[in-house]
Amino acid sequence: MTTDTPAIASAPGPGRARRVATWLHGRPRAQLRLLLAAPLLWLVVVYLGSLAILLLNAFWTSDPFTGKVNPFDGSLDAFVQIFNNDVYRTIAIRTIGMAILVTVTDALLAFPIAYYMARVASPRMRGILVVVVLMPLWASYLVKIFAWRTILQGNGVLSWVLTPFGITGPGTDDIASSWVVFSYLWLPYMILPIFAGLERVPSSLLEASADLGARAGTTFRRVVLPLVFPALVAGSIFTFSLTLGDYIVPDLVSDAKFIGNVIYDNSSLGDFPVAAAYSMLPIIIVVVYLIIARRLGAFDSL
Amino acid sequence: MVESRLVRIGLRLATWFILGFLYLPLIILGIMAFNESRFMAWPPPGFTLDWFGEALANPAIPQAFVNSILAALVAVAIALVLGTLAAMAVQRFDFFGRNSISFLLILPIALPGVITGIALSTTFQTFGIEFSLMTIIIGHATFCIVIAYNNVVARLRRLPRSPEEASADLGADTWITFRRITMPGMRTALLSGALLAFALSFDEVIVTLFTAGAGTQTIPVWILSAMQRPTELPVVNVVALVLVLFSVIPVYIAQRISGGEAAGTRV
Repeated sequence: MTTDTPAIASAPGPGRARRVATWLHGRPRAQLRLLLAAPLLWLVVVYLGSLAILLLNAFWTSDPFTGKVNPFDGSLDAFVQIFNNDVYRTIAIRTIGMAILVTVTDALLAFPIAYYMARVASPRMRGILVVVVLMPLWASYLVKIFAWRTILQGNGVLSWVLTPFGITGPGTDDIASSWVVFSYLWLPYMILPIFAGLERVPSSLLEASADLGARAGTTFRRVVLPLVFPALVAGSIFTFSLTLGDYIVPDLVSDAKFIGNVIYDNSSLGDFPVAAAYSMLPIIIVVVYLIIARRLGAFDSL
Repeated sequence: MVESRLVRIGLRLATWFILGFLYLPLIILGIMAFNESRFMAWPPPGFTLDWFGEALANPAIPQAFVNSILAALVAVAIALVLGTLAAMAVQRFDFFGRNSISFLLILPIALPGVITGIALSTTFQTFGIEFSLMTIIIGHATFCIVIAYNNVVARLRRLPRSPEEASADLGADTWITFRRITMPGMRTALLSGALLAFALSFDEVIVTLFTAGAGTQTIPVWILSAMQRPTELPVVNVVALVLVLFSVIPVYIAQRISGGEAAGTRV
């Protein structure tokens, strides 16, 4: 809309829509407001508004007998409870540790296949592999957990494979199982950004590095890795934050509680202000993670 | 080729191993759907199609499918409109807080579902809004906006402005230009955004659990509750297999509209 030509030049009998369009023409501020009004209203009112209400609950108290929240009864009880309880600290450390472990596992698993897809496979094979990696991403999250439960359970595939060797599998009540299942669930989210990042690395840079006498390992460390780092961070947003808040996987394949379980349990039949106060922890961690990720250029690799 | 032969062989082996890891659970799921025994022990003692019949005879399953599809369709429609508006604002105008918009949009999907879930559920309760399919839709639309936004923003960045300017010069007003020029240019981006948003909504369990009333079940909610009942596991397995097979459809469409480029990866 940078031209000065009047839009009404050939207007045959202007209707209302036409008059609005004419009025809007040359009023970019009004256009902008019109565009932004609905999405901002939705996100600020529905989403941020809801988050604000949740956070307010953290500063309220709940009746110890009925569990009913007393609104506008300002107190830091919920936070005091969380800080004084070792269990909450252990669960926080366990969850963050798991999120890091899953991120590292997925990065290690994703790199070779992404590298193969981007730089070794033929273009035809590359197309096929992209589809093959995408497919499990579209398959239902619960279905995948269900599949893993049939594998991990006492008389499942895993113990059928391991028993002849005298090994017992982790079963469906072991924290190791949630590590395997989390890593499985989020792996495609890590492969695809790294693949896209590797595809953008120009071959000439690798050849130049080799010409200058760098060995494969050095080239990888000093050229490839720094260039795909933003893509790796982009993938880690998913692996990290999805693990951080999940409570269904730990519920279904392990007996260890995670941050999400504490929030869920307290929100449904426990102390709602505690649930709200504990929610701040993943919110702060994820927001800080996102800010760092954006600094590292990860948002352009999403 | 800079990579040595040995490295390439190693990478190929690793690729096969990782693909095996990705697909083995789905293959086992497929086999177990035909398991003759009601118990999920491996190896299955024999094979049967009985569980498919039992799944068809269960009225809760088609009802849950209808709810899921309805919720996803409406949520996607809302998300497409809001996401496109936001994308056009960010891409076409410079304004204060422009860089924060993408941050605000990504929050509902980046923050854990349990938080989005209880935040919305508390708000609905505070304002006395009754849980229904509508509340599920509000929750789903909120985290789907970013999907539509990301796809449209990426497209608008690539679309040249000159056809729109030409259209305006030729006397078309804003609406006609949008309908005849901008919209056709964004069509495939909207379609792939819609596909991904639909899949996310269809699959969402946590936000749904918090925003659904006792009577409204979507497919993931049904699966989660049926998983707690050991005798229903074979039927869950059948539904699970059907869902896995369904996931071929969006991948196929995504490939068609993108012409082989990895569509749908724009989360």
